[in-house]
This record gives sequence, C-alpha cells and structure tokens, in this order.
Amino acid sequence: MNSTTTQPIYNKLTSIRQSTIMDYNQQRIVITGVGLVAPGADNLKDFRTQLLTGTSKIREIDLRYFGPAPAGICTFDETRYRKKKENKRGTRAGCLGVYCAHEAMADAALDIDFYKRSRIGVYVGLTEHGTVETENEIYNISQFNYDVKYWTHHHNPRTVLNNPAGEITMSLGITGPHYAIGAACAAGNASLIQGVQMLRLGEVDMALAGGISESTGSFGIFASFKAQGALGEAEDPRMACRPFDMARNGIVVSEGACIYVLERLEKALERGAKIYGEIVGYCINSDARDFVLPYDKRQAECMQQALDRAGLQPSDIDIINTHATGTRQGDIEECKAIRQIFGEAPSPYINNTKSIIGHAMGAAGVLELAGNLPAFEDSMVHPTINVTHLDPECELPNMVINKPTQLPSVSTILNNSFGMVGINSVIIVKKYRE
Amino acid sequence: MTRDDIKDLILEIIKDIDEDANFATLQSDQPLRDQLDLDSMDFLDIVMELRKRHKLQIPEEDYPQLASLDSCVNYLEPMLKNV
Repeated sequence: MNSTTTQPIYNKLTSIRQSTIMDYNQQRIVITGVGLVAPGADNLKDFRTQLLTGTSKIREIDLRYFGPAPAGICTFDETRYRKKKENKRGTRAGCLGVYCAHEAMADAALDIDFYKRSRIGVYVGLTEHGTVETENEIYNISQFNYDVKYWTHHHNPRTVLNNPAGEITMSLGITGPHYAIGAACAAGNASLIQGVQMLRLGEVDMALAGGISESTGSFGIFASFKAQGALGEAEDPRMACRPFDMARNGIVVSEGACIYVLERLEKALERGAKIYGEIVGYCINSDARDFVLPYDKRQAECMQQALDRAGLQPSDIDIINTHATGTRQGDIEECKAIRQIFGEAPSPYINNTKSIIGHAMGAAGVLELAGNLPAFEDSMVHPTINVTHLDPECELPNMVINKPTQLPSVSTILNNSFGMVGINSVIIVKKYRE
Repeated sequence: MTRDDIKDLILEIIKDIDEDANFATLQSDQPLRDQLDLDSMDFLDIVMELRKRHKLQIPEEDYPQLASLDSCVNYLEPMLKNV
C-alpha cells in the first residue's frame, strides 16, 4: 500500500483516538474523602478551625548534628489503624500515609470492598524519600565503627520510593497499582493529577491520591536549606514562616500527609457520596532553567493552561492558594506570575497556608488544598499570617492577611504548588454543581 | 549466661520487636513463628540484636537453630557461657 491509500485509514484512526481521548477528558472526577495530618490537626474539621484562626503550632525541634530549628511536627493516633510493630517495621511516611488513607476512606463512607480491590490505585506524591532512613542507618553504624554488618535489613524496603504508597496498600489490602510520584514540592498536586488521569483512562475505579512528608526527620534537609540561605528562623518559632512579609528569611520544614478519595462523578452520585469538589483543571510544566530558582513566566503559563483545561477565565477564580514558602525570590516570582494572569480580572482572594503550618513538602499542595476546600461550604478565606510589613513586590489586590475574609460564596479554588529543579503544578477545584 | 538468662534475652529482644507479644501461653519447644506474630524479617532482627548486644555472628545456615525458644537456648548457650 502506498501513502495515498493508507492516509484515509490513518486519519480515521486518529479521529477515533481523538474522540476517545475527548470522552476520557469529559469524565468528571470528584473528591469524596479527605484524610489528613498536619502540624496542629489530625482531621479536616480541626484543620479548618486552625487555619481560620491562624493558629501556628510550629515549634523548635532539636536535630541530630544540626541543633535547634523551627519545624512542624504532627501529633496523631499512630496506632489507630495499625500495630506499633508495623509502625516500627515501616517508615514515618508510611505511618502518616496509612493513617490518612484509612481516614479518607472513613470520611468518604467507603467500605474497602465497594470497589474491587484490584481496581483501586494508590498514588503518593513525595518530595524525597529514604533520606531519613539512610541518615538514621549511617548514625546507627557509626555506633559500631561504621561496620556495615550492622546495617539493617529493613533499609531497602524502607527506602524504595514506593514505600509509603505500598504501606497503604498492605494496610488496606488494596491490590491495584501503587507508586510514588516524585515532583519535589509539587508532588502532592502531581499525585492528585495522576489519580484524575488514571480514573479518566479507566485504569482504576477509585484512587487514593495525595502526598506525604517525613522530612523533619532529616538533618540534611535542614542543613541544605541553611547552606542555601533559605531556612526560616525566628525567636518565636511560630513566626518563622512568613511569606510575603519583608522580614521573611526562609522555609520552615514540616511533616504531614493528606490523602484524597477520588471517584468518577456518576459512581459518587450513585452511592450518595458527599462531594467536596470537582477537579476541573490542572497543569504540570517545567521551567527548564535552574536547579532551585523559580520562574514566574512558566508559573504563569502553568496557571493559564490549568484555566484553559477547566474552560475558565481568570475572573472565575475565587481563591488562589499560593505556594509561597517565605523565601524572598520565590514569593516575588509567584506574585509576578499571578499578576500576569489575574491582573485584568476581578481579583480572586489570595492566601497562603504555609504561614500557619510550614512547608509540608510532598504533602504541601494537597494539605493546602484540603484546608481551603471547606470554603465551598463556609465561604471563608483563611488568612496568611505573620505579615507585619507586606513586601511591596508581593502586593496583590485581595490578599487575605492576618485575619480571615468572609465572601458571599466560593465556587472555585486554584491551588499552586511549585518545586525544585523547575517543576510547577496547578490544580483547579470547583464546587460541585450538576 | 545461664539457660534462663538466654531465654530472657530472646524474649526481651522479641518484646523490642513487638511490644504486644504475649508470652503467657508460649511453648518453649514449639516454633516461635507458629505462636507469635513473627516473620522472616523479625528473625533477622533477632540475629541483628544478638550481633549488636553480644557481637555474635550467626551464619545464615544456622538460622533454623533459632526456631524455638529451646533451640535458641541450646544453640546460644556455648556462645554466651562466658558472658
């Protein structure tokens, strides 16, 4: 056959493929359950109260080799869903993830057998994994003159990248796919996007998607930020994370986790599920420029592409939850990006969750989104705290500073989450309407 | 170490691995794995703890000697007699 005869077949196949992709993309994916652990809360209701009251639980911890540093540490019932023995065998990330996954299932009022266990996917976003376990093990063998015969046999199963997601599947008896999404501090959003895509592709019928961070257990992560001049410090640790403020001096590292139940809309409606919101838009892109420095142009493109996918205009967005971590350049770049996209729009209200809970790394995007989802019900915008002198370069209309704002209604939330080595992610969630 | 000391040592190590372990009905001549919530990784933990606490290097081919509490004691007694 020559190209003249094959072309019509190719065109027809392409057309079928495109219409199939269109069908996939038209499937509506909703959030029906949220399980979370943040520094200061172990469920969404308490988390929302904490954010609306702007109550920081950041405190000073003492790290091996490093010394004192402000950090966000989580307190929760670690043995609610598995034994102490399993927590000891596994990792802190696994422990956080197992708690959140069970809590999300309970919140969704979902029995584990509602969907076939082989048709449930577990997608966990991680900034890093294995750092804590490796540091601990090197310390352990240092007590034995660095004799590697004392290196634990638990090292490999603890440090494989799928560890936290795998621990969730073991605890819940899920036999569908599980894996980690590595996307620096955009990983939480990236895993949510993965969950949406796998549901749309028909690969799974339900997804547990979210992010986890155990980074407060690693002195190296603190030391690296410090060496970079990007570690937040303050006499009062609760004041150490202060995005947009002139006195900001860096990141406050937190642990935390947040796992969502994602379902197809029709199935969620069929079983009468509570619907937190519908994921209508998303985008992930790359700066292709620098290891650590953020780039407003690509961040703006990422927001625009998420809006395009959602079929929304900038003026349709009610809340922008910023990624801003409290570093000088990072905060300014994001504000520049927001100006580029929203400059002409009736301005959305802008807040920042890290000012209250610190930077939960791989869990940041999903925790911050979760903290804003109740706005669909209470129409409140939680504040950015610790802003005494707003940096003029960060000034935007409708920034919600130090106290919450009551709006007539909230229908759309845009959640930014960016990460090192130039990765940007944006998710847009809409209040569910038929 | 006496035989009772060695028995206590093994139970102490198991308790470190699983503090919910119940020894009330433990039969010392029966395999530990059949009676307690222990798997192969836990046995490696026991081997590692013996190495850390008493510098014992137990070769892999001898691991079956640690199957029951009695066999542990029989196997470890000559190694720990001067401890």
